Amino acid sequence: MTQTLLEFRNIVKRFGGVTALDDFSMRMGQGEILGLIGPNGSGKTTSFNVLTGIYPATAGQVLFEGRDITNAAARAVYEAGIVRTFQRSRLCLPLSIYDNIMIGDTARLTGSLWSNLISRKRLQGQIDTSYRLARDLVGGFSGHLADRMDQPVGALPMIERRRIEICRALISGPRLLLLDEPSAGMTHDETHQLMDDILAVRARGEGLSIIIVEHEMGVIERITDRCIVLSYGRKIAEGTYAEVAADAEVQNAYLGAD
Amino acid sequence: MTDLPISSTAAAARPWAAGAAVIVTAGVYAWALLMAEETWQVTGLLVLAVAAVLAALKTGFARRLHQDWAASEPRLNRLAFAALIVLIFALSDAHFALLMVATTLLYFTAAMGLNIQFGFAGMANFAGAAFFGAGAYTAAVLGTVTAVPPLLTLAIGGAVALVLSLPLLLPILRTTGHYAAVVTIAFGVLFRTFLEVNEILGGPQGLMVAPMRLFGWDFNSAPVIGSYEMSFYVNYALLAAALAGLVFVLVRRLERSWIGLHMDAVRLDETAAACFGVPVARIKLTAFLLGNAILGVSGALYGMMISFIAPASFTFSDSLLLVSIVLLGGLGSLWGSAVAAAIVVLLPEKLQLLQEYRFLLFSILVMLVLLFRPDGILPRPLRTFFASRRAGK
Repeated sequence: MTQTLLEFRNIVKRFGGVTALDDFSMRMGQGEILGLIGPNGSGKTTSFNVLTGIYPATAGQVLFEGRDITNAAARAVYEAGIVRTFQRSRLCLPLSIYDNIMIGDTARLTGSLWSNLISRKRLQGQIDTSYRLARDLVGGFSGHLADRMDQPVGALPMIERRRIEICRALISGPRLLLLDEPSAGMTHDETHQLMDDILAVRARGEGLSIIIVEHEMGVIERITDRCIVLSYGRKIAEGTYAEVAADAEVQNAYLGAD
Repeated sequence: MTDLPISSTAAAARPWAAGAAVIVTAGVYAWALLMAEETWQVTGLLVLAVAAVLAALKTGFARRLHQDWAASEPRLNRLAFAALIVLIFALSDAHFALLMVATTLLYFTAAMGLNIQFGFAGMANFAGAAFFGAGAYTAAVLGTVTAVPPLLTLAIGGAVALVLSLPLLLPILRTTGHYAAVVTIAFGVLFRTFLEVNEILGGPQGLMVAPMRLFGWDFNSAPVIGSYEMSFYVNYALLAAALAGLVFVLVRRLERSWIGLHMDAVRLDETAAACFGVPVARIKLTAFLLGNAILGVSGALYGMMISFIAPASFTFSDSLLLVSIVLLGGLGSLWGSAVAAAIVVLLPEKLQLLQEYRFLLFSILVMLVLLFRPDGILPRPLRTFFASRRAGK
């Protein structure tokens, strides 16, 4: 394996009596595309929430590029270079496409009260530059969307919203992208188109790693280097898609034992 | 787009023409309403206003106006301000009408402060009257026991409201939604009780407030041009207009900055905002302190204008009145707050003959608006960084 990017060490997450993640350990390498699969309620989204600082872990450690980021605040995780999309779209519907994408670039686009309200030269420059960047990024996904940067996101169909959500995650040039069921609510072809677009962005930059939670096995098979299978919060298998698909325990978890 | 009351070719050449016509009409209408004394006059004017608004909505004129306004916003905003100044001078000897104009402007200013908190950052503040009152009491104390220049007193009034909000920060940042609102309600009630038992601050009887003075000019003396004597409220109305204009520009700039964007992000989805590095606590803190400071400044000027203040002027129901201005006008909509402030101040005064029923009428109005126009009388337009881009490209 290449240099380690992310490592989970014996992560436990309990909600009262329910154990959502049970002693989950894993490593992923720089530049890798990792699939996180498993039946409903197996702890996939919980892993994302623990990693991005939404839930504190009950026990265990998370290391990112060698740094301990266990229970770091959501903002610190973002600043370390980890971004995500959500299973249920979480865009700001009344805001424009441009505004929504800019929310993803907070690291660069802030400033004091003074530069925001009184002396606005710097703000003006930031707006001009970021508008171009956002337009280019969106254009890579859909030329049609790039012409509608000032329209509210609420008026767009699901697939377009998903694209905006991914652009919001990518605009800051992250190290690790977490995709939580990108295919939800989309057709087979739309999903594949979306994946191709994400891979195109990845090919342009250097070393974007991806963890993808997905039920659409076609997507997993096509784009992941390696998969981890979770069941009831425990890791039950790990390997290439072909390996885990052939695993007896995995088949049990999905289809049930005889 | 063909059945518009204004010929479309003329409108295309001068997109601001419709907006300018509306501003002038509104100015004349405000003058007529403020000067109307007979019941039939007031009733007739109110019916006229409702009919005009309904007609504008029906013909699509309202929507067109909305777009045109966005296209030439700075010009129209300046024109509206000029119209306001003309209105104040047109009313120059009408004592009571000017008091109402100045009161409307100060309530509007206060509502803009509340809009930063409620409309942008999504933090309900039910202690608006307390922070407004903090400014007024500051003016009363500084005006009687110190020689601080009154203009500086306005700023200090804002600073005192800001300092008073500091102890609230921790509970407000640690709670969300209804719970944060309850914290502010508790503070508002506490503040009033504190004033009532505090002998130094006049107890339930309240305090006298020294008048505004600017460069040696006493605001309680009537301006005289030649042999023509105006009401001294002209002074206050003009200063209130200047204050409202200044705050309007500041709040607009705030809305169209990264901080404004982050406030919207926090209101709409706090968790997602935090996942993209929005400093949620700092944004809420900024909104709360800035809003309360604006409330304090407007309260200080209000105190100087009415020259006598008591705890009974800054109760929970006054806080509700401020919140209802923001809701009626439309959350986050500055022009909406202006219109709603005028309705809230003028309607009860102008319909006095209905005596006790006037508040019933007012309550019905609030319910009707919330029922049929939940986004307010003038809903907030799509957030943007530039006044012109929306209409341009």
